[in-house]
Amino acid sequence: MKTGALRQILLITDGCSNTGEDPIAMAALAKEQGITINVIGVMEKDIIDEQGLTEIEGIALSGGGVSQVVYSQQLSQTVQMVTRKAMTQTLQGVVNRELQQILGGGNTVEDLPPDKRGEVMEVVDELGETVELNVLILVDTSASMKHKLPTVKEALLDLSLSLNARAGENRFSVFVFPGKRNDVEKLLDWTPKLESLTSIFAKLTTGGMTPTGPALREALTYFKKKRSLRSLLSGDDESFIEESV
Amino acid sequence: MMMNHSLKSLCKVSPGTPINGKWHGNQYKIIKELGYGANGIVYLTSHNGVQVALKMSDNGMSITSEVNVLKSFAKVQGSTLGPVLLDVDDWMSGSDRISFYVMEYIKGPDLLTFIHQRGESWISVIVLQLLSDLQKMHENGWVFGDLKPENLIIMGPPPRIRCIDVGGTTINGRAIKEFTEFFDRGYWGLGSRKADPSYDLFAVGMIMLNIAYPKRFTKTTGGMDQLKLMIEKSRELSMYKGILYKALNGQFSSAVQMRGELLQSLQTQQTRTTTKTKTKPSPQRQHNVSQKTVTRQAYRKKSNKGGIIETLIVLSVISMLYFLYIWLSF
Ligand SMILES: Nc1ncnc2c1ncn2[C@@H]1O[C@H](COP(=O)(O)OP(=O)(O)OP(=O)(O)O)[C@@H](O)[C@H]1O
Ligand SMILES: [Mg+2]
Repeated sequence: MKTGALRQILLITDGCSNTGEDPIAMAALAKEQGITINVIGVMEKDIIDEQGLTEIEGIALSGGGVSQVVYSQQLSQTVQMVTRKAMTQTLQGVVNRELQQILGGGNTVEDLPPDKRGEVMEVVDELGETVELNVLILVDTSASMKHKLPTVKEALLDLSLSLNARAGENRFSVFVFPGKRNDVEKLLDWTPKLESLTSIFAKLTTGGMTPTGPALREALTYFKKKRSLRSLLSGDDESFIEESV
Repeated sequence: MMMNHSLKSLCKVSPGTPINGKWHGNQYKIIKELGYGANGIVYLTSHNGVQVALKMSDNGMSITSEVNVLKSFAKVQGSTLGPVLLDVDDWMSGSDRISFYVMEYIKGPDLLTFIHQRGESWISVIVLQLLSDLQKMHENGWVFGDLKPENLIIMGPPPRIRCIDVGGTTINGRAIKEFTEFFDRGYWGLGSRKADPSYDLFAVGMIMLNIAYPKRFTKTTGGMDQLKLMIEKSRELSMYKGILYKALNGQFSSAVQMRGELLQSLQTQQTRTTTKTKTKPSPQRQHNVSQKTVTRQAYRKKSNKGGIIETLIVLSVISMLYFLYIWLSF
């Protein structure tokens, strides 16, 4: 089975958006374009407020992804887990659609008897190992995130360690919001390695509003740009994987 | 801790509840919860009067994935790697489908509890057993992945280590599926997360550090420097120093090689203790260290006394010769 690259946005934030478009609507828009949105809520000792929590879960739900709220100490382990989980979830969706074409009707893996599910799982595992993965990382740099940024940097380096253990290709890009001039600012263009983050993160300044919605909207355009450029260069039309679940 | 709330509430089943399999029709009566983690909840259940463990999850794929590993383990001759798989099925709880598998109930304390109860002398025995099992897994193309004391249960008697939770078990060469930071070489900056035998052997080394430091410790500088320091500071680990360095540096290419070197170092240590015992039998081997220093001090004192006696003898001989000389000269 051949699939195109998986496209994910990983949003790392510690609370509620307070300006611009509704981020949940932007997440739904992303899903329509075949881009999955995962959200990680970073807590301090205090608990994230109810409103923030609802938004975090809402974005992931309508973005077809996974969300998780964690204390900053657990960030590394969570970031890689969430990314992998969302990847498997998407691939499962792909395999399920394929199965439905073979089996007909609304049949999914789960409708097969347990003994027959194993082989399907092997296909999902194999795809998870080999598929190309593009992750756009979107980091909230509003004032409250200031002392969490070193942990975020560690977690992202750890993520690239995890994903680069796969046989499949990875591409990462990193954006922060709010940017100096715009809602969102590019820190790192598409690259297979995140090591260069270390020096860039040291120079980051925090402050300002939390324009989560506008940041998501703009992030989507960076996938488009890359896609059109690549299809121009290679000339083949890649079948991008659509929504999951 | 990482488990989402829906799974927790969905799979919370009270004792006495019958779990009926949709496909195979077997019934399991819940006795009690054995534990839970990221992938589901494990219950002790009774099936036709036999106690068996049942793992359930709302994520059918993670159940299927673990079942795949256990089925593959079952094909390995001559040993039982992981719990024996007994049944796989779905349970319809209202309109929700909950996938589960049933396995052998492995009764016993986890590794840290066991060593704590039975003493340090069991460390080498347990590690040797673990290395044999890992060797078999590796030979069959698997890397255990999420190796940690909680996933190691000591059955018995006689005590025998068993690995549970194959959620992290990965095909050799692929990216490790699941891990726990303290036992992960990637976290310490000492290697990749690509599954290979030395990935597991690193974790074995860290399990030994966990025995010496039951509360574990967090990364400061990371790397070999920090781990070396922690090994140096520990009395229990001093006899395993050489093996630990090699395991943590990824210098063992197979479990059987690590096992061989561990055995060898134990043997040289044994002969050393026996020769020591011959020269000065010590009734309590545990107090060897303190006794040794005491003996050395006593020896030093004795030799000091001996020095005085020697001087006296030499002096008296000289004076005798002197008297003889005087007597003769007359
Ligand atoms: N076969 C078994 N016999 C006895 N106890 C078991 C068995 N399987 C699991 N347990 C108990 O249940 C606990 C949780 O099981 P398991 O580790 O499989 O869950 P998990 O969701 O994969 O956890 P983790 O988050 O560590 O991956 C174990 O730590 C152990 O105490
Ligand atoms: Mg476990």
